[in-house]
Amino acid sequence: MTNKKEWPVWEVFIRSKNGLEHRHVGSLHATDAEMAIENARDVYTRRMEGVSIWVVQSKDIVASNPEKMGELFEPAADKVYRHPTFYNLPVELKHI
Amino acid sequence: MKDQLYKYLLLLGDNSMILGHRLSELCGHGPNLETDIALTNISLDLFGQVRSYFKYAATLKEGETEDSIAFLRFERDYYNTILVEQPNKDFAHVIVRQFLFDAYHKPLLEQLMNSKDETISAIAHKSIKESKYHLRFSSEWVKRLGDGTEISHQKTQNAFNTLMPYIEELFIETPLELAMKNEGIGADLNLVKASFDKTMSDVLPSANIETSDIKLRKTNGKSGFHSEYLGFILTELQYMQRAYPDMSW
Repeated sequence: MTNKKEWPVWEVFIRSKNGLEHRHVGSLHATDAEMAIENARDVYTRRMEGVSIWVVQSKDIVASNPEKMGELFEPAADKVYRHPTFYNLPVELKHI
Repeated sequence: MKDQLYKYLLLLGDNSMILGHRLSELCGHGPNLETDIALTNISLDLFGQVRSYFKYAATLKEGETEDSIAFLRFERDYYNTILVEQPNKDFAHVIVRQFLFDAYHKPLLEQLMNSKDETISAIAHKSIKESKYHLRFSSEWVKRLGDGTEISHQKTQNAFNTLMPYIEELFIETPLELAMKNEGIGADLNLVKASFDKTMSDVLPSANIETSDIKLRKTNGKSGFHSEYLGFILTELQYMQRAYPDMSW
């Protein structure tokens, strides 16, 4: 799969405004970090989507194995007491 | 004075319009998705500036609109420089043409920000951020291509050999530009040239590009004398307005 002519893939994270966290918005191709930031600016922030960009090469991301979904995540399914759903949140609280 | 200002606005707008058109020809044909959209963004930025200039110009002359100014002039009434007419021969030509223009356009706008004409100053304030980004984009690519593989270096050097001669005209002051400078409205091209030269000496060594042997050419697009390319550009640009006058979407 590694073709010398194919540029590496980068994952793009954008913070839509100050105070919020960066969110994954997609991926793109670029030869280096500088170009990845510029490409991300051109591809993902054309409609004022962001105030800050992070990029990281996709190969540097360590991901969980989808085949292990069962053992990783299902044990949490029947433990509703771990959710803080029994509290009443004040209406002013946002982004939770 | 009003006539001169009108013509000066056309001179400013025409460079952005013809270069914007050249870039728009690449829409969907860029080397990859990311570069395609970057070049199209630059084209849109330039057309945004054109609209501001032409809208303002239309207020200075009875019977003109931004559309009539953009689409209904004859070839000799366009005042863009020869550089921006040059075709998209290959990606290196596209990048080098953009780089040479940006290196001129950014300091030009920096001066126009201080124009005594408030509208020109406002347009320049808005456009300078775009222009700074364009220069960053094009100079990074000049370095990458010039200092890249043997082939990319050769193609970039060729593009400089072809396009560099046309920069001469950017800095030759026409009587119109002299008059506008003296009014405090237009830019001082000597200062623009100084900044242009600095950009060249900052970028070209790291791109391994040699320009000292390139002979400059005296062209005069700013007075309406164009290369053979502009006629073809206008044929395409003006077709809709000529075939369906006053059409709208």
